[in-house]
Amino acid sequence: MRIVADRDRCIGAGNCVMTAPEVFDQDDDGLVAPLVDEVHPVDPASVDAARQAVARCPATALRALED
Amino acid sequence: MTEVSEIPLHMRRAQFDPIDELGEVRDNAGVCPVVTPFGVSAHLVSRYDDVREVLSDSARFSTADRHALTPPDAAGLTEQEYARARVGNLLTYDPPEHTRLRRMLTPEFTVRRMRALRPRIVEIVEAALDDVERAGRPADLVSTFALPVPSLVICELLGVPYADRADFQRRTVDQLDASHPPERRLALQQASRAYMATLVERARREPGEDILGMLVREHGDDVSAEELVGIASLLLLAGHETTANMLGLGTLALLRHPDQLARVRDDPASVEPAVEELLRWLSIVHAGIPRTATTEVTIAGSTIAAGEHVVLALPGANRDPALVDDPDRLDITREPTGHVAFGHGLHHCLGAPLARLELRIAYPALLRRFPGLALAVPYEQIAFRPYSVIHGLQALPVTW
Repeated sequence: MRIVADRDRCIGAGNCVMTAPEVFDQDDDGLVAPLVDEVHPVDPASVDAARQAVARCPATALRALED
Repeated sequence: MTEVSEIPLHMRRAQFDPIDELGEVRDNAGVCPVVTPFGVSAHLVSRYDDVREVLSDSARFSTADRHALTPPDAAGLTEQEYARARVGNLLTYDPPEHTRLRRMLTPEFTVRRMRALRPRIVEIVEAALDDVERAGRPADLVSTFALPVPSLVICELLGVPYADRADFQRRTVDQLDASHPPERRLALQQASRAYMATLVERARREPGEDILGMLVREHGDDVSAEELVGIASLLLLAGHETTANMLGLGTLALLRHPDQLARVRDDPASVEPAVEELLRWLSIVHAGIPRTATTEVTIAGSTIAAGEHVVLALPGANRDPALVDDPDRLDITREPTGHVAFGHGLHHCLGAPLARLELRIAYPALLRRFPGLALAVPYEQIAFRPYSVIHGLQALPVTW
């Protein structure tokens, strides 16, 4: 699984960091900064948490691309 | 005071629970007509999916038209005073104005910032518990614990000088007293804004490490003094009564579910899911989130014309079987749900990470300090607040 984060939509609620801390971080501005990328996809152990974080993002700023 | 019969459906409670009629609306039509406390007609939206959809769609559902939902004369304000009172209040802004202010504030509420704030909140909580213990039993946990803790946390955030804190707390508690006549409430609001203005002036002169200092340092030229006063007032409004009522009501909920109370007290791993479940089950923000349709829309099969208002029932959404099985049961062992206790969409509670942190610290600290915590009066005598924007208790007499 890979993650696409739209930082223009992000409102910095921090839900994703709380739900899947292995997958998401926040930068100093409070906006989402995924810890995964093209080269480092979501660890299989974190896929469920990542999916939940995507579904619950209050700003619908996240998308999960299933491999 | 408004008569009980005038309380709209979604704000009536049977102790912890929304009243059955709200569930009936949700399980049948999904939407029903409602008259807000200010006498405005609106469509009440009650289902989880519908509530989330409306909150996600700021283009079709505007928040800027609060005018129609809380007319200035209802609050005892002139048109001009009302306009001024809205400056800096993010809840009344649509994008792009909302985005501009919210972006300034998000750095203050990151998970990392919350981690840095944790030790200070632990100190505040422990000091409040020392006071409760010293004053002896029985104690009213609302006035001695639930109200002071979030108020002192806000003092920390806003950089309220220590010398001012006793006055600040007195004023904030007085502001929440719904039994005051409208003129007194208005005067208290104005006194609070006047005090916030002194904090803003000080921050502009010598910006400190608090939120106001940060806003002045980072955005000095882009944010007006009036906006800063509005932001400070909103942080107080949004961060005090809500957290306080969660602390009071949540403690009572745990006292009524002793096996769950014991888990929160004894098992640190249970605290985070317990806080999420209490947020969902109690859904204390029950006044109904107002929005205005900008175009004709359909919700749950009902047509809503452009310019008509909708009111979102968060307790309806959070008790929707579509969200969770057996929704009326408090069960802190549930997998955390995607509840909407903090709202959803662009206006999702900015302070949610802070509220969560306070609750995660305060519940177990209270229960560990007083392992024998119990009600000091029969449960039937506990007074739930009958009519309030945020659901809560008048008092919580306890012993230990």
